[in-house]
Amino acid sequence: MKLVINGDEHEVDAPVGASLAAVLRERLGLTGTKIACNEGHCGACTVMIDGVPVLSCITLAHSVEGEVTTIEGLRDHPLVDAFVRADAVQCGFCTPGQVVSAAALVAARPTPTEEEIRHAMAGNICRCGTYPKIEEAILHWRD
Amino acid sequence: MARLIRTEKEVEGRFEEVWLVVEEDPLEQWPAGPGEVVGRPAVRKDALERVRGEARYTADIRLPGMLHAALLRSPYAHARVRRIDLAPALALPGVRAAIGPGEAPGLDAEAGYAGAPVAAVAAETDAQARAALEAVDVEWEKLDAVLDPEEAVERGILHGEPERYERGDFDRAVAEADVVVESTYRTQVVLHNSMETHQSVCEWIGDRLDIHTSTQYVWGVRAEVARELGIAADRVRVVCEYMGGGFGSKNSAGEYTFAAAELARRTGRPVRCALTRREEHVAAGNRNATLQRLTVAARSDGTITALGGDFINALGWGGWSAATEGPLKMLYACENVRTTRSTAKINTPPMKAFRAPGFVEGTFGLECLIDELAARLDVDPLELRRMNYASSNDGTPFSSKNLAQCYERARKHWDRRHAVRARSDATWKRGVGMASQIWYGGGGPPSYAWTRVGSDGRITVVTAMQDIGTGTRTAMAQIAAEELGVPLDRVEVTLGDTARGPYATLSAGSSTTPSIGPAVRAAAADAKRQILEIAAQRYDLEERILDIRNGTIVSADGNLSVGLAEFLELLGSAQILGKGARGPNPTGMSVLTFGVHVVEAAVDVETGEVRVERVAAVHDVGRIVNPLGAESQVEGGIIQGIGHTLSEQRLMDEETGRVLTTSLDAYRMPTIADVPEIVCEFVDEPDAHLTNLGSKGLGEPPIVPIAAAIANAIRDATGADVHELPVSREEMLRALREAEKKERRGAPAAV
Ligand code: FES
Ligand code: FES
Repeated sequence: MKLVINGDEHEVDAPVGASLAAVLRERLGLTGTKIACNEGHCGACTVMIDGVPVLSCITLAHSVEGEVTTIEGLRDHPLVDAFVRADAVQCGFCTPGQVVSAAALVAARPTPTEEEIRHAMAGNICRCGTYPKIEEAILHWRD
Repeated sequence: MARLIRTEKEVEGRFEEVWLVVEEDPLEQWPAGPGEVVGRPAVRKDALERVRGEARYTADIRLPGMLHAALLRSPYAHARVRRIDLAPALALPGVRAAIGPGEAPGLDAEAGYAGAPVAAVAAETDAQARAALEAVDVEWEKLDAVLDPEEAVERGILHGEPERYERGDFDRAVAEADVVVESTYRTQVVLHNSMETHQSVCEWIGDRLDIHTSTQYVWGVRAEVARELGIAADRVRVVCEYMGGGFGSKNSAGEYTFAAAELARRTGRPVRCALTRREEHVAAGNRNATLQRLTVAARSDGTITALGGDFINALGWGGWSAATEGPLKMLYACENVRTTRSTAKINTPPMKAFRAPGFVEGTFGLECLIDELAARLDVDPLELRRMNYASSNDGTPFSSKNLAQCYERARKHWDRRHAVRARSDATWKRGVGMASQIWYGGGGPPSYAWTRVGSDGRITVVTAMQDIGTGTRTAMAQIAAEELGVPLDRVEVTLGDTARGPYATLSAGSSTTPSIGPAVRAAAADAKRQILEIAAQRYDLEERILDIRNGTIVSADGNLSVGLAEFLELLGSAQILGKGARGPNPTGMSVLTFGVHVVEAAVDVETGEVRVERVAAVHDVGRIVNPLGAESQVEGGIIQGIGHTLSEQRLMDEETGRVLTTSLDAYRMPTIADVPEIVCEFVDEPDAHLTNLGSKGLGEPPIVPIAAAIANAIRDATGADVHELPVSREEMLRALREAEKKERRGAPAAV
């Protein structure tokens, strides 16, 4: 199987049925993508495929056709600094997934409203409750 | 000088008389208010690596040759393994070892709840390990299971004897009171649900056991593992630099650690054992349910004359019984108090400490009761609280208490209630409610820190604590920077490894900053003293006129001004090493945290939907080290508390004792769409009696009052008394119907 991840092409050998999240983490060592539920309920494993956010834990690796962007591919995105400045991170386990979802949002809507942020980010659970700071980070991501 | 004292040590509201070796704490507190670094908002030192996904959590540890372990759990609420055959599992592809009951601590033949671990398998892959569990052949003997806490209390199936407390003459006070209110409250089981599940990776290197584990207490895991395995503590190394949340559920080693350690020993390979989310919902701890039968008696002028409570803590198979009666005993001045707490031992998953255990539940009951009393007396709830203000903890002075100031600051939020109510319409009723907060958070000795200053003038703080997401790494860096007179970016903190730093206490009980902060300051002061000693010699000046300010060594006479880095160049490869210890807590004083929440809520009287629209939180936790991080803690506590109040509930099959809500789909935690406007204020007065810092902890206080404040806002909006958590739509509609009945009977809620 061939995967294009963060612009690099990878030849991966993975069993049929393997999730994209498992392939990223176990085969490619891209552990920035977290797994918190492994069944599509929390958003921690969010990556983008051709710019669209998907839950990699319930995406079959073999079914991936487009280009995958993980948190490792977003390290220099201005959102990273916005999250840092806003203190939109506590334990940080949900945070890479939050950043990926936010990056997909601002790519589609560079100046999202609070409502749009809440709508787009509602699938990313943060047990530490960094939500107010996440909202702030996204509102001010370009400052 | 080291000193030996006999003292009470408090952890999560539990007290123990212990011998403690403490060091004197000769440093004067800094003046109140922001310093150069402490008291000013600081971005987290470790934010970048966490945000970019570079921080390596236990979940990300991959060791060469590592195997994966999975645990076999009991399908029955109470059963015994009569016979177990591991051979079929061992015969499967990839399986390398299997252990059964008695072969690792935590794997017991008697399963006390559905989900109790009895065996474990290690295989090349996680999938192989889980498949192998299916092949283990177990013959179960089903045992009598008790699932109802009230039945357990009736039948005397308890953890320990009931706890009784009495002061004054409760019965007489009730008999002589003008008004008596009795109410029953129930709180549900809630789950911590840290985003990183409980997990460990264990590896034997020679006769040393290395444990990477997602924990709140590296030293606690070290001690527990050494004790259970019968090996010297220094043969156990526990590492946890980044961890994905704990909230009280990760204070001890856990069976997953012991199973991994034993399987690693047998196979000679590293073994990881990680709970799945579904296991997390069953076997990783919970906040136990409570039943609270409460009584308050008062004179018509509003003086509370008696408070009483019969509490049942529905503990489950294990855990410990938290002081649900604590707030009722301590929050108000009341001469006559009587409480009983029975701890039901039922065949449900074990309790683990969860963010202010006992006080969250107890405050819900008490602070709803106080508002019901206010309604009966027709007294303003804020006034009623101020009238019954406790000026001591039953005779013991508080080390500091600024709750009155919290009430004062809350007034402007409280005063919004007329405007808020006026925004009600036919369906959505709006109201404002408040609740007070009391909890521990003073921390205590021992904890230690070292500082290391290099010739580049940069400082490393070394202490084997953990930062579980609360921002303690940053707070420690700020404290060291303040004391040494350097900018924050010159300080780094090394933590999370028992082999690489001195003992530091657990990250629980709101104790990290108040326990370790003073030790870090002492270690920084020790290094500073040495730097100034050397500077005095180098420049032939008197040491007492020298100081370090903003990274520059200066003399009071204005003759010397040299950059710290420039001066320290003379060190070459030499280093300055400082050390510090946490001094004792004040004797004969109660160290507690206080606060108040004012909530604005809206209730849809047709559907029973409740929305929290605004929360104003005012907390008194001594000196605030990092206002930005502190605000995040408060927001996080409030949001978690909103989940507990409105949507979260672990449901169980009443027949089998099996947990039904095993996914994050079924167990509803707040999302960003549920977040209200949050206003956060701090009194920010150092506790003059507490350490060289005057800071208390803040992890737990913000979750304590939120449920009652929401319930009281609901009463204000609708006249309905909610008595049960969560306030589901059913509970809300029930309360509304009851309020309507009451009104029809001619007893309006607020008379
Ligand atoms: S880990 Fe994929 S949604 Fe939770
Ligand atoms: S920061 Fe801890 S779960 Fe989001």
